[in-house]
Amino acid sequence: MKRRPLATWLLYLVTLIGFAYLFVPLITIAVFTFNKPRGRFNTAWQSFTLDNWRHAFQASDYLTAFGKSIQVALIACTIATILGGLIALAISRYKMKGGPALDLLLVLPLTTPEIVMGASLFTLFFNQGVRRGFWTIVIAHTLFCVSFVALTVKARLRGLDWSLEDAAADLGSPPLRTFAKITFPMIVPGITAAFMLSLALSIDDYIITSFVAGNTSTFPREVFDSSKIQIPPQVHVIATLIMLIAVVTIVATTVAGLRREARLKR
Amino acid sequence: MARDDTANDAGRRDGRNLPYLLVLPGIAFLFVFFVVPLITLFKISLSNKPDRLRPEYDFTWDWGNFSAAFTDFGGQLIRAFVYAAIATVLCAVIAYPLAYFIAFKAGRYRNVLLGLVMLPFFTSFLLRTIAWQSLLADAGPVLSTAKTFQLDGLLEALQITQDGRLINTQLAVIGGLTYNFLPFMLLPIYVSLEKIDVRLVDAAADLYSSFGRTFRRVVLPLSMPGVFAGTLLTFIPATGDFINAELLGNPTSRRVIGNAVRTQFLNQNDYPAAAAISFVLMAIITGLVVVYARFLGTEDLA
Repeated sequence: MKRRPLATWLLYLVTLIGFAYLFVPLITIAVFTFNKPRGRFNTAWQSFTLDNWRHAFQASDYLTAFGKSIQVALIACTIATILGGLIALAISRYKMKGGPALDLLLVLPLTTPEIVMGASLFTLFFNQGVRRGFWTIVIAHTLFCVSFVALTVKARLRGLDWSLEDAAADLGSPPLRTFAKITFPMIVPGITAAFMLSLALSIDDYIITSFVAGNTSTFPREVFDSSKIQIPPQVHVIATLIMLIAVVTIVATTVAGLRREARLKR
Repeated sequence: MARDDTANDAGRRDGRNLPYLLVLPGIAFLFVFFVVPLITLFKISLSNKPDRLRPEYDFTWDWGNFSAAFTDFGGQLIRAFVYAAIATVLCAVIAYPLAYFIAFKAGRYRNVLLGLVMLPFFTSFLLRTIAWQSLLADAGPVLSTAKTFQLDGLLEALQITQDGRLINTQLAVIGGLTYNFLPFMLLPIYVSLEKIDVRLVDAAADLYSSFGRTFRRVVLPLSMPGVFAGTLLTFIPATGDFINAELLGNPTSRRVIGNAVRTQFLNQNDYPAAAAISFVLMAIITGLVVVYARFLGTEDLA
């Protein structure tokens, strides 16, 4: 590779442009939290103000909707993580009949367009006379998270050393204790990652939610349905706050990781 | 296998049932809320709608909805697939070098960069798209920069802008799709690149293989499963997406298949027509995926 510095420089350049492409809209969101919009849309820059941050929590409809989104996400992703995690554990830990059929059942929800999934759930609830609202949203979100969790955890579990469980059993550890002391700590990182990502998927979902939500409004629904009428700058503040939490988490885990590495080297 | 279904403390013997017990709740859930609704939807797609104003329908084995889906919504179908295909190719072209850089060149900043790539996941999809509205707006930063450097004529000549506008064009829709699905392309490619044994690349270099040749013969083939998974994760949701079309497009480009399904369902209450369109969409996607898998080898998604 040293013989081809040009290719390397080109790679650096393309990477730089790629990252810029990824981040310019995010920075735009953050910048527009300081905008004083004229009219009902916060899309054109007018003048600098701190008002939006000072009155960050005044867009109460959006805030309520955001609270709903969090509730839905926490319940749906907890259920999905349990159901999906168990499936992943069973597939990667044990020999099972019907493995390929199971794999297909797991992959299908991910390869079904959201619009079709939303439509099919809508017809189910319509036929059964179920009133659409909070719990139908929870069911829908659990549905697209189960497959996602199962496949992510399965990928993470591949290559773990399961003979440790047998070793524990041979040493007289009862099954539940083996699970708590050996299996659970082994699978926790994969499960946490899957849980976090499915939270992000759930909080962000609009398409499926729009089919099953009835009158209940989640944050994406509130934003999209009013996006033709108005976008108050507080919406940008809420999004920026979430982004900040994510950045802090990423930085903190990286710093913690680097520190641990440094300590191990010493 | 099913000799005793009740859990007892017989130790190892019922261990054979354990995996089935573990998958049971999840499978039951997927069956009730995924398989059954799809079957219901299929049944509805073969139904008649006697009263135009009421949502009720009768099951009649009426295949007419399917031919109507093609004749009435052919344009929407084609538009959605063309947008999604272009966006997927653009995603792959942009994501591959990024993933390559993070996997091979980032060193100890690898995890930071990976975290940063995930950041859009934690920022509202809709607000990211609304941010593009600001960026591409008529007086927005992109167009005013272009005007400062007197590039607006060039953009118009290349048909990047239409009548001096970026927003509300087909290109804006494709750009939005590309942007929003980029992480879904990037992560699988990164995962497959990261798995590559660096010694293979070194070995090729030791044998005087040029960078380009090593890339073509070693790195690219080994990363193909990632490209395959990324393509599916981008292309499939992109075909059904209507948010980018709705927020960034013009009245024509807004007419994509996702929007058709949505309006038929939620505004027109024409469930049979909407169900038929959904199945046509799924059938085309499945067909394309099968063909694509033939070309690239069938590596499973996980």
